[in-house]
Amino acid sequence: MQVIHKEEVQHRIDSWQDQDLYVHLEMTMGAYAAHFDSNKQPAANFLTNAVVRYSHGTIAGDGPFYRVGLKMDHGWIYTEGLTEWDETDADQLILAGHDAQGKLVVSLQLSREPF
Amino acid sequence: MNHDKILVILPHPDDEAFGLSGTLAKYIEQGAQVTYACLTLGERGRNMGIPPFANRVTLPAVRQKELEASCRAIGIQDLRMLGFHDKTIEFEDPKVLDQTLLDLIHEIQPTLIFTFYPGYSVHPDHDATGAAVVRIVERLAASERPIVQCLAFSKDTKKDLGNPDVSVDIKEFLQNKLQSIRAHRSQFQAAELMGKEEMAEAELLQRFGTEKFYTYSWS
Repeated sequence: MQVIHKEEVQHRIDSWQDQDLYVHLEMTMGAYAAHFDSNKQPAANFLTNAVVRYSHGTIAGDGPFYRVGLKMDHGWIYTEGLTEWDETDADQLILAGHDAQGKLVVSLQLSREPF
Repeated sequence: MNHDKILVILPHPDDEAFGLSGTLAKYIEQGAQVTYACLTLGERGRNMGIPPFANRVTLPAVRQKELEASCRAIGIQDLRMLGFHDKTIEFEDPKVLDQTLLDLIHEIQPTLIFTFYPGYSVHPDHDATGAAVVRIVERLAASERPIVQCLAFSKDTKKDLGNPDVSVDIKEFLQNKLQSIRAHRSQFQAAELMGKEEMAEAELLQRFGTEKFYTYSWS
């Protein structure tokens, strides 16, 4: 993965406006959060391959942490803390936020095909 | 004790590396046939390498290759990837999970099974995997039950279970173990696992030279 290139991500978001897309949305503290630090709790969620369609989407922030908001007919998709993206597959937009140890904390992925 | 057929049942690629890779290498050198049933591909792992060379989409394939390399380092002859999904073992239909594992036990006919100790293994997938193994083996006639030895590492383990009753000296198999750990290169670069500096030989032996297990008791 590479450090997010804001303009290219915005371009990809724009090009997929008003289309049915598969979304993967995830946030995780890691299953060992409480094991390593009793003040923390393990918390996570993920949602994979729901079909969504947005009318307007924006990537915001000046780095290293970016936010993405996607406006849908009946609600929003929102993600904060994104740091890296993968541009290798033109049919997928893979965005993720990793912590200082390289662990995934948050992700937002869009695709024309199911993940 | 001698075991010709050993079945290892763990949920994630890399679960074998720290806990029992040396023990398995030792048994294999003594002539054992080891089948490793790995329930998932660790698709929801958080580590992507430093800097991240995997992503959520490529991680399963990356981890499959790492798992295969780890098995080669240990000498495991038979790797089964069961196709369940990371983080979902406790939610899987027990009928499906139990039948899959039961079929495997009937096929392999192991005299020894390694898994996680249910309730003392921190990750919900670990606990659910161990619970399934215990549930299935419990249903077998007492005379047909393989020995079940469990890894356990939650904070309550020693308080509740005492000291592990099985301790395996794996000093001669340290290289297999280190190679197994290093095979999982997307996962084990984290500071809390490997330390920030290369460990000295003495420290390696002290930290990794022994592997310990709890024999599960049905009484």
